[in-house]
Amino acid sequence: MDKCRGMRDLLPQDMRQFRYVEDLFRERCLQWGYQEIRTPLLEYLHLFTAAGTLTPDMLNRVYSFLDWDGWSGERVVLRPDSTIPAARLFITELAQRPTARLFYVQSVLSFEATGTESRERWQAGVEVMGGRPPQAEVELVALAREMLEALGLKPEVRLGHMGLLRSLLEEVGVKEEEEVDRLTAQEGLLWERLRDSRPELGEALSLARLGGRSPGFLENLGSVLLPHLPGLRPTLEEFSAIAGLLTSVGCPYTVDLGLGRGFEYYTGVVFQFYCGEVRVGGGGRYDNLIPLLGGKALPATGFAIYLDRVMALTATPTTSLPVQVQAAEGCWPRAFSLAGELRAQGFAAELATGGPAGGPGPPGASVMVEDGPIFVLSGRGRFTSAAELVRALREGGDAEVSPA
Amino acid sequence: MLKLALPKGRLQPATGAYLEKAGWGLTDYELGSRSYRPTANFPGAEVKVFQEKDIPVQVAIGNYDLGVCGTDWVEELLARYPQSPLVKVKELGYGQGHLYLASSRLSPWGSVADLRGNGTPLRLAGEYPHLAGRAAMRLRLKRFRVYPLWGAVEVYPPESADLVTAHAASPTQLEERGLVPLLPLCLTTACLIANQDSWQDKGMAGAISSLLATPPQGDAAPEPPAVSLDWLSRFDGDWLRLALPDGHQKEPAVDFLRRAGLEVVGYASGKGRPDMGVEGLAAKVIRPQDMPLQVACGNFDLAITGQDWLRDHLYQFPSSPVEPLLELGFGWVRVVAVVSGQVPVSSPAELRGLLEKGQMTGLRVATEYVNIADRFARDHHLGRYRIIPTWGATEAFLPEDADLLIENTQTGQTLARHGLKIIDVLFESTACVIGSRDIAPQLREQRDALLQRLAGAVG
Repeated sequence: MDKCRGMRDLLPQDMRQFRYVEDLFRERCLQWGYQEIRTPLLEYLHLFTAAGTLTPDMLNRVYSFLDWDGWSGERVVLRPDSTIPAARLFITELAQRPTARLFYVQSVLSFEATGTESRERWQAGVEVMGGRPPQAEVELVALAREMLEALGLKPEVRLGHMGLLRSLLEEVGVKEEEEVDRLTAQEGLLWERLRDSRPELGEALSLARLGGRSPGFLENLGSVLLPHLPGLRPTLEEFSAIAGLLTSVGCPYTVDLGLGRGFEYYTGVVFQFYCGEVRVGGGGRYDNLIPLLGGKALPATGFAIYLDRVMALTATPTTSLPVQVQAAEGCWPRAFSLAGELRAQGFAAELATGGPAGGPGPPGASVMVEDGPIFVLSGRGRFTSAAELVRALREGGDAEVSPA
Repeated sequence: MLKLALPKGRLQPATGAYLEKAGWGLTDYELGSRSYRPTANFPGAEVKVFQEKDIPVQVAIGNYDLGVCGTDWVEELLARYPQSPLVKVKELGYGQGHLYLASSRLSPWGSVADLRGNGTPLRLAGEYPHLAGRAAMRLRLKRFRVYPLWGAVEVYPPESADLVTAHAASPTQLEERGLVPLLPLCLTTACLIANQDSWQDKGMAGAISSLLATPPQGDAAPEPPAVSLDWLSRFDGDWLRLALPDGHQKEPAVDFLRRAGLEVVGYASGKGRPDMGVEGLAAKVIRPQDMPLQVACGNFDLAITGQDWLRDHLYQFPSSPVEPLLELGFGWVRVVAVVSGQVPVSSPAELRGLLEKGQMTGLRVATEYVNIADRFARDHHLGRYRIIPTWGATEAFLPEDADLLIENTQTGQTLARHGLKIIDVLFESTACVIGSRDIAPQLREQRDALLQRLAGAVG
């Protein structure tokens, strides 16, 4: 019996790690004032087909089909992205709110040809509907860093600006999203194209390509680019303000103007989070998406942490093993009652009804309930009351479950 | 053993001539031949004839090492399953043309740019639904619906579809059919294709060299243009819109309508839009297979189709508004489950037993009734099965290319002639009139009157 190609099982140890990361993410989001949502697994395909949503390349990899009531000919799709459904949810369910801070933990599905990578990927994302630059961007970057650092990671923040990138490409006649995507997919292509089309920008482009680590870099860049491309001024100023505020709050970053691949809906600053060479998350501003989907004109920005990648980088949390409760012949009623007592006292208790469950690591404490009444705690003696047993377990320091 | 799949129909004469030149000396591969297994004068070659559209699927799943078909069908398969293990070996030079995304010359769309700004969902219809869907996504159409069709594509636009996928040797030929080419989807030409695994693992050089030695040949004569459509007939929402069947059901339908006092001008002679001769009643001639979906989505108010196709539709879309309104009595067939005479079972339960004992694995079910077959396999717990959609001539699939057929038959003689046996009768089907629960209120009275008139003619 095999599982579907490209699908991944999450085993008990994976789920322990998943919940650890998810719990931390949820806790921080709630602390920062975000509210949790979950969008359906099925959405109409047309939500994702308009220009300004997903790229054609991404659309060619969605899982789409006719639903049981799909006789109208319109297809549905297994959620290929979470930001667009979140924007849809905001429009259809929360439209009366002026703004919304939302977060979610859910998976997205897209076809991956080799079948070696998972086609279902888990994301922990946040969206600020109504958030304006520079504060919203800085809040999101700070929140993402805080979470990743709390997981013991050392995230590096890279910033780009989709508006700036598009403006630069429009200057050289590139407007089609597929072409933007192609040029930004491979390091160097974008710069070659720009240099070929506008040789007079040669030195400025070399300087731009260097990247930077401060608002000063963007101002320096302005001094060489703006004489040739005065239209870039508002975008550069917005970008500088965000970089300036990030510097002021003590958040390091690098500016990479080639950044911006992925989604058509990004309009402003985009950010990516790296741990070493692994990209563990990303996001950006998408001011046109809500109006494009039929909502009011509302700026918005968000990011997602890629849970599968973060899980692979974080240490497995230690968890307490349950106390195994076994019983001699005729003593099962008292075993059930002891297990209940242990749970009430904050222990996890597992009735060994079919033998021990097994699993990685050393076994937990084991209690045999015998006539008498006597409780035999393996390796640690015999007790005549549940209270004594609990005390011994506590003193032994094992097995207490602390849900928080 | 080298297995070669050859097309029936459009490409058949030119393919036969090509293979003749290559020295393969095929017998029983002329148009109209009832044999599916022509013999080839080429050592070690086994040849079988399929509907052209089935060939890329048969080669991709590895039933055949080589196949000849139009590149349009290869592209259609790849649009849905880009990873299909198919390789194009050589274009053979005949059957040339383009597949177009086209609109009617009466449509408001003159160019691709016009389509993008359209607010309401665009209806795309045709025999290439995956190429159509892919084109719609590439064109960034904001909202679209795709209706797969079995045929009669040109009668759909502009009223029943906004855009169609249509094959033509030239744009002019398309225009002669009343269509305006908006976008070429792919170049089409007859092509020798190979299964990728066969190509990588199997020595086929002898066969391929002999086929490649023949110079590509152009088309002997251009395809005759289809009969121009009469644009005078009305077909809009104010009139009751009736779908009449082409194919086998046409003749009995003509007789039946005559009994009901409806002399449909041009129906028998092949017009796509015959004249009903009744004010307020318009008709188009389409495939019975396509009717339930077309009624469901509101393109037609009434249709004469078979209960088999209605049932297949309702199995796929249980909430569809289509319902049977009148049984007509003609066109009787049984829909049956069929296995090869060699398989030692006489019922679905015994077939299940064979599968459970591991004496047969990975059941392959070939059928034109994809949803009926799917339900049959589920209801009988036939384990791990695959449905192979076919476009006709399904009886040729047993025993080597499928294990079970869900097929229609009248007498069972064709099945018996191919050494096949029926293990279950799923249901009996006759022609019927179908309609939609969601019919426009202003048309309901007129529809009921027509139904009453038709009911009087049921013999």
